[in-house]
Parts: sequence; C-alpha cells; structure tokens
Amino acid sequence: MAEPFLIGENMTGGYGAVDILHSCTIAVEPGEIAVIVGPNGAGKSTAMKAVFGMLKLRQGSVRLAGEDITALTPQARVRKGMGFVPQTHNIFTTMSVEENLEMGAFIRTDAQIRDTMEQVYDLFPILKQKRHQAAGELSGGQRQQVAVGRALMTQPKVLMLDEPTAGVSPIVMDELFDRIIEIARTGISILMVEQNARQALEIADKGYVLVQGANRFTDTGKALLADPDVRRSFLGG
Amino acid sequence: MARNLTLFAGVALLFILTGVLQSWNLSLNILNLALLSAIMAIGVNIQWGYAGLFSTGIVGSVALGGLAVGLVAGKQVPEGWAAGGPRILAALLFAVFAVALTVWLYRRLPASRIRGLAVALFLVVAFFIYRGILDPAVMAVEANNPAQAGHIGGLGLNSLWAWPVGALMAAAAAWVIGKIALGLREDYLAIATLGIAEIIVAVMRNEDWLDRGVKNLIDLPRPWPVPKEVDLQVDPGFLSFAQSWGMDPVSSSTIFVKLMYAAMFALVLFALIWLTERALNSPWGRMVRAIRDNEVAAAAMGKDVKWRHLQIFIIGSAVVGLAGAMMTSMEGQITPGNYLPLRFTFLIWVMVIVGGSGNNWGAVLGGLLIGWLYLAVEFLGPQMMSYVLAALPAGELKNHLQDTAAHMRLLTLGVVLLVVLRFAPRGLIPEK
Amino acid sequence: MDFLNALVAFSNFILIPGLAYGSQLALGALGVTLIFGVLRFSNFAHGDTMAFGTAFVILFTWWFQSMGITGGPLPTALLALPFGIAVTIAMVLGTDRVVYRFYRRQRAKPIILVIVSAGVMFVMNGLVRMIIGTSEKNFTDGSRFLLDPKTFRDATGLAEPLAIKTTQAVSVVVAVVCVALLFWFLQKTRTGKSMRAYSDNEDLALLSGINPDRVVMVTWMIAGALACIAGTLYGLDKSFRVFVYFGLLLPIFAAAIVGGLGSPLGAIVGGYVIAFSELIVTSAWRKILGYLAPPDWLGPGLYQALSTDYKVAVSFVILIVVLLFRPQGIFGGK
Repeated sequence: MAEPFLIGENMTGGYGAVDILHSCTIAVEPGEIAVIVGPNGAGKSTAMKAVFGMLKLRQGSVRLAGEDITALTPQARVRKGMGFVPQTHNIFTTMSVEENLEMGAFIRTDAQIRDTMEQVYDLFPILKQKRHQAAGELSGGQRQQVAVGRALMTQPKVLMLDEPTAGVSPIVMDELFDRIIEIARTGISILMVEQNARQALEIADKGYVLVQGANRFTDTGKALLADPDVRRSFLGG
Repeated sequence: MARNLTLFAGVALLFILTGVLQSWNLSLNILNLALLSAIMAIGVNIQWGYAGLFSTGIVGSVALGGLAVGLVAGKQVPEGWAAGGPRILAALLFAVFAVALTVWLYRRLPASRIRGLAVALFLVVAFFIYRGILDPAVMAVEANNPAQAGHIGGLGLNSLWAWPVGALMAAAAAWVIGKIALGLREDYLAIATLGIAEIIVAVMRNEDWLDRGVKNLIDLPRPWPVPKEVDLQVDPGFLSFAQSWGMDPVSSSTIFVKLMYAAMFALVLFALIWLTERALNSPWGRMVRAIRDNEVAAAAMGKDVKWRHLQIFIIGSAVVGLAGAMMTSMEGQITPGNYLPLRFTFLIWVMVIVGGSGNNWGAVLGGLLIGWLYLAVEFLGPQMMSYVLAALPAGELKNHLQDTAAHMRLLTLGVVLLVVLRFAPRGLIPEK
Repeated sequence: MDFLNALVAFSNFILIPGLAYGSQLALGALGVTLIFGVLRFSNFAHGDTMAFGTAFVILFTWWFQSMGITGGPLPTALLALPFGIAVTIAMVLGTDRVVYRFYRRQRAKPIILVIVSAGVMFVMNGLVRMIIGTSEKNFTDGSRFLLDPKTFRDATGLAEPLAIKTTQAVSVVVAVVCVALLFWFLQKTRTGKSMRAYSDNEDLALLSGINPDRVVMVTWMIAGALACIAGTLYGLDKSFRVFVYFGLLLPIFAAAIVGGLGSPLGAIVGGYVIAFSELIVTSAWRKILGYLAPPDWLGPGLYQALSTDYKVAVSFVILIVVLLFRPQGIFGGK
C-alpha cells in the first residue's frame, strides 16, 4: 500500500516522564474521515495532539504528503496545510463571527479570503446570519460551527477535530456530522476524536480504537461497528 | 551553612567599616534602622514567602504602628481631649456601627436593584450624620492651643505598650483589606493595598486632631528602659563608666543609647525568627507552603485557602506594624511626611527578594544589607560623585550631576531588584 | 436666572474639570488595560512611564521655546508631543526587550511580572528625577482660556462666568482623537484585530498564525504612546511633579478595573466614572448651591463631602465596591 497522505507512525511519547502513547499509528487519506475512539483516558486526544505537534514524541514520526514534519511546531504545521479545532476555547469569544473567520485566515496573503469565507457561510448558513454577532453569545452548536469555520479559513488539506460534539445536543451532533461529511467530500482529510463512538464510526471511512495509548482495532467504520469484540467492549453491546 | 555565615559576617564587616571609617554613631544609627527593616522584611516574607501574597501597602502598616505610639505613649492633652475627644470617639463608633448595619442590611434584604440603591443611600445619609457628629468636635480639638497641641493627645503610657498596639492596629487594617481583596486575582491585592496605604498616610497627614498632621507630633517618650542622653550625661555612675573607657560623656551617651535600642530590636528580631521558624516547621507551616505551591490541589484537599491567606496576611502586617511602632518610639516623633511608599514598601520588597524569599534568615540578611546600602548611599553617593566629578570644571552640568547623585538611590534599588529577580530569583539565602 | 448661574458654576467646578481629568485618566487606563489584556499583568510602572514621557515632552518644549517655535494659542507641548512619544516608545520597547521578554518566555506567573514592573517603576522614577529633577515644572504656554470668563460674562450677563481653559479643551479633544484612532485600529485593521484575538485567546491566536512578538511590540508601542499623551495632558492641565504621577497609579488602576481589565471601552468609561466621582465628592458645593438656595439657609459650611487631600479615597472606595460586587468590572473584563 502506498504511503497515506497524513500519517503519525509508531508514535511514542507523553507530556512528562511517563509515556501516554505506545507505538500508536494514525493515518488518513485525502477526502477520508478517520475517527479515533476508545475508552476514557485511552490517549485519543493525545494521539491527535501528537499528530499536530503539541506533544514531543520520543519515537515515531509524522509525515504529511511524504514530507517528514515531526520536528515542526504546530504553527508551522498550520502553514503546511493542517487545521486544528481544539476541544475547548476554540473561538475568540469577544470577536464577531466574521472576525473569527478573518483571524483564521491570518496567515493567508492571497486575495481569495472572501471566497473562502463565502464557502464557510455556504456550509454553515446560520453563521452568515450572525456574522456581526460576538461569537461568545452564540449557542454551543453554533460556536462549534464558528470553530470549524475558523480552521477551514486556512484552506487546510487536513482538518483535525478534537471532540467536536462534546456538550452539544444529539440533533446538533447529527447536523455537525453532516457538515463534516460535506467538508470531506471537497477532498479535505478529516481526523477526529470522538466520544460518541457509534455515531462517529457510522460516518467514518476508517476507525481507530485506542486502548491505553496503543492501537487495539483498526478497520473501516462499518467493519468496526460490525465487529462483535468492538461492540461488546466499546459500544455497549 | 558556612556560606550563610560568611554572608552575615560580610554584612557585619560593612557596619564595622562604617564605624571605623565614618563614625560609630552613624554606624549604629544605620544598624538600628536596618534591624527595624529586617523585622519589616520578616513580616513581608511571611506574606510573600509563605503564601505568595504581594502587598504594596507595607508603608500603611508602618504608619499605623507609628500612630499607635502617638496614641499610646503621646503626652496627654486633657484640654484637647475634653474639647471633643469623646465626641470624636462617638463619631468613629457611629461609623463602625453604620458600616456594620450596612453589611447586615445588605445581607438581609432580598437581592434586587433597589437593594443596592437603598444601601447606597443609607450609606450617604450615614456619612453626613457622621460628619455632623465629627466636624464640630474636630474643630474644637484643633482650636485648643494649635501651636503646640491641637490634637486629642495620647495616653501617656510607656512607649513599649505601643508596640503590640501598633501590631494590632496594622492587623485590623489588614483584616479589612484582606477580606475584600483576597481570593480575587493576585494583582488586585497589590492594587487594593496600594490604595489603603495611601489613605492611611493621607489620614495621618491631614487629621491634625489625631496626630497633629504635618505639624508633626514630637517629644514622644522613650520606651522603657532607654534613658535620655542628657540624663546620662549628668549621671555620675555613667560618667565614671565612660571615663574608664576613655570616652567623652556626649558621644558615649549617644552610643550607649543606640546600643540599647540595638539590643532591644535584636531581641525582638530573634524572638520573631524563633517563632516564625517554629511556625514554618509546624503542621501549620507545611500546610501553608502546600497551599502556596499548589493552591488548586490544596483547595481540593479541603483546605480553606482564602482563610489561610487572610491569616497570613494579617500576621505579616502585624509584624510590620510592630516594627513601625518600634521605629517611631526610637525616633521619638511622628513625621507623616516621611511615610513614603518607595522607602517603606518597595525598599522592604527589595530586601526580601535580595535576601531570599521564603527564608527568614534571608529576609534578615536582606534587611541588614539593603538597609545599610540604602542609608550608606546617602553619604557615599555624593562623596563618590564629587570624587568622580573632581576633574570637571565647576558649572551647571557639574551641579546637575551632583544633584542627581541623590536620585541614584531609586535607580540603583530598581536595578538591584531587577537583576536579582532575573539572575538569582531565589535570593542570597534560598528557601530550604 | 439663578438656576442658570448654578448650572454654569456646576460646569466650572465639576463638568469641565471632570471631562478634562476623565480624559486624562481614560488614556492612562487604556494603556493599563491593553497591557493587561495582552501581557496579562497589572503594570505598576505605568504612572512612571507617564512621568517619563512627560519629562521628555517638557524638555522638547523648552527646546522649541528656546528656538522661538511655539504653538501660538495652543500649548507648544503639542508640537513636542510626537518627539516625547517616540522617546517613550523607545523606552518601553527597550524595557520589554531587557526585562519583560525573559519572563514572558518563561511563562512566569502574573504576580512575578507585577513585581518586576515595580522594579521598572523604581528605575523609571529614578531616571525621571535625574533627568528633570523633583521640583514642580510648569510648561503650559499659549493662550490661557478657550472661553474667557470676561467674554462670557459680557455676552450673557450671568453672575457666574463660564471659563474653559485651553488645556481642558485640549485634553478632551486629544483624548477623543486618540480614542477614535485606537478603536479604528482595534476594530478595522488586521494588526488591531490580531491584538484583540491574542488578548481574547492566546493559544488559538498562536494556532491561527498570529505572531505573539509582534502583538506584544505593538501593544507596548500603543501603551507607551498613550502613557506619554495622558501624562502630558495631565501635566499641562495641572503641573508636572514626579510624585504626583506615582499617585495617579491608583485612580488609573481603579478606572481600568471599574471598566473591566482588558476592556478598552471599559477603561474609558472607568476613567470618567473615577474623575467625576472624585470631583463630586471632593468639590465644595457651596457656590453651586448658593445660587439655588437663600444664603442664610446654607450656614457657614463648604458643602464638601471630603477634603481634596482624600481624593485617593474616592478611587479606592469605588475600587473596593467593584471588587466586592462585580470583580469583572462593568464591561466584563478578565
């Protein structure tokens, strides 16, 4: 098999002396949705942060389109085409929706920023309505839309989402997943960590089940949902 | 340990050199003020080193200590007191009562927009009633012999009594301000204490009935058992004693008095160090340090962080107030104009940080060293400047540069603070 | 008629001085609040930065005056202001490079930065004393009044003449221009928005590719310029003494906290709140009330709630009330 578009391979490391990740591998292809699931404390978010460079790796490497980016800072990775939506504090609450998007495009110098903004507004029409409102005043689901929109403003090739549906209602969650599928259809790779494993695997092209910082199961989302082991251990039967 | 002894020996050498090269009188003068600074530094170290509280109102505690001396040891002024003393007391009691009532009202009334307004209105009315009670009494007191008195006078007790009173007064002020500003952002305590200190000093500067304001309250009695120089000079026992040392009565009496003060201050200093060291190594001290190092974890373990902070803030301020009272009782007068924040707040801070925050011995070393530097620069600075400028022809530039020497102090202190914070943040004697 | 006289007296003693003083405080508080928002500490050196900038404006003013350059009816200090601002900006950028940057990189606790800023305050205070001395400096020139009391009296025939000092008018106009420019900068320019973004959410700003060093640099430049302007306006309106600028620290902090630390709009509102409270409480109302009530009703009192010696108490009480009931300030800072 050819080298995947983005891959964090055999990643081992942690925040302090203790490793959280143990030879963990995460990969995603263009236009594909990859979902990381697993029990609490399995290192899901840590794995994603490792791919994004927010964690120093002791072993393993991260490669984007064949280029080794293991040594790059998160900021440099943003310039390489990776977008990241943190789980919390992911918007500028005192700034308007439009300003949030503008700040997302801060590193861009081209003239097509407005076009990208229109694309984001097409994707999330409610944001266009509320473009001049302070982002902090929006509802939870709308704030997540702003957060995703901000990350899309860099025109990333990979979009990484850390539990995008944490704390939103099931209806909003379905809506958000629909939008994520739409984003993937434009050719952007999606890598996301999800607490709602079942719903996430339903839309996933590829699923990673992590346990204690290591890969336990890796397969397509459908296959994992069908796997009795996975169902029993992680999806509650 | 050897290193610390060397450091203290070095500081001792500075004082000895000052004595030999300048005069012993000056050296002891500096020593006494440095000892007092060291006590203040211990107070500040309790706040900063034990709890990480940054107060910029140290001068307020010092001033309250000074005021205590005026009230406790000041000469009685029966006419002044009779003219309006009780009424002033009544006004102050009324003020306390009104504030207490406000707090009670605020807690009792149901939360609403009207509550705030009503309480504010109540306070305004209470304020004018307070002024109505106070003002005539103040006028009457200040009209009594304004050239020499014009104030309510003190209790005429021994100055020693004022020391604990000064500590208590500083503690009371710390309680009020700590209640309000602790538990918020750390900066807020710094800002609030800056304000309360300015107000305390403003009160002492302007309320003539209290301490004669800028007219200064002089001739406060000496603390027991320190005698007056003039009495010593006519005491036959002392004279023969001085003679046996081959000293003239005037200089020997001044030195003897200063030595007595030094002994008293050193006694208090050592008692405080002993107490604070014991406290620090007790379960209480360990808890306090645990809170400082990780407030969140300590709070999660059920420690009442805010109450501990309040406790420490009050204790630290009381120690500073004690030193303030000691200083005024040595100087024998209250000079409100001298309570400058740069001298009594930030200088003490420099002492604590240079000495080593969190370590009592460090605070003492810092107090003695910086205290010496600060006062020695007063005579060394101009001397050095005139030496440096000797080659320069007389003229405006020379005069200007000569004048700037006096301001070098602040600059030097600031630079010392910044350099120590940057390159040796743990100070000369780091916390164990 | 008496009501009009009272109104004019009110303007003379409260309204106009309050607007001028409030403008000066607002500009000072804006600097404090911007530094707080971006660098996240209360800058105790701000009062002395104001004094430092003003000292240089005074030196440039004297130099201009000695060369015969004046501002005509306006104070010459306005011509000197850009030069003073340049020196102040150089000073604060130098301080940041030598002092603050180290702690920022270490991600030191805010309280350490507060102590460090107290050290900087010492140094600046010492420098100002060495440069210009401790005596009172008056550097106001140009015409004294924008609205002469005599002209007003002749025109209206009122017993109470309305007077507007040039320096008061200059304070308000300069403050309005500065605030307008600042808000335009913060709301409309890319750099200004990046400053707000950084102040709002540092981590996300970094993720968005905003350069923190640049944001910090711009913040210091603006704060330095505002400090110099605020200090100069205050010096023109009152007079210049180093100690006084240290004393301005409390009203400025109070203004910034009342509005909500980190909120520029709050700092402006806070500045006026503090200024007017101070004047209302410490002014003698006798003259104003004298037009409204028969003199024998009033008695001998000055109708002054607190003597001006206690104006610091006013800022303090407001500060305490805000800390007790709304620590995040009116406009909800951090």
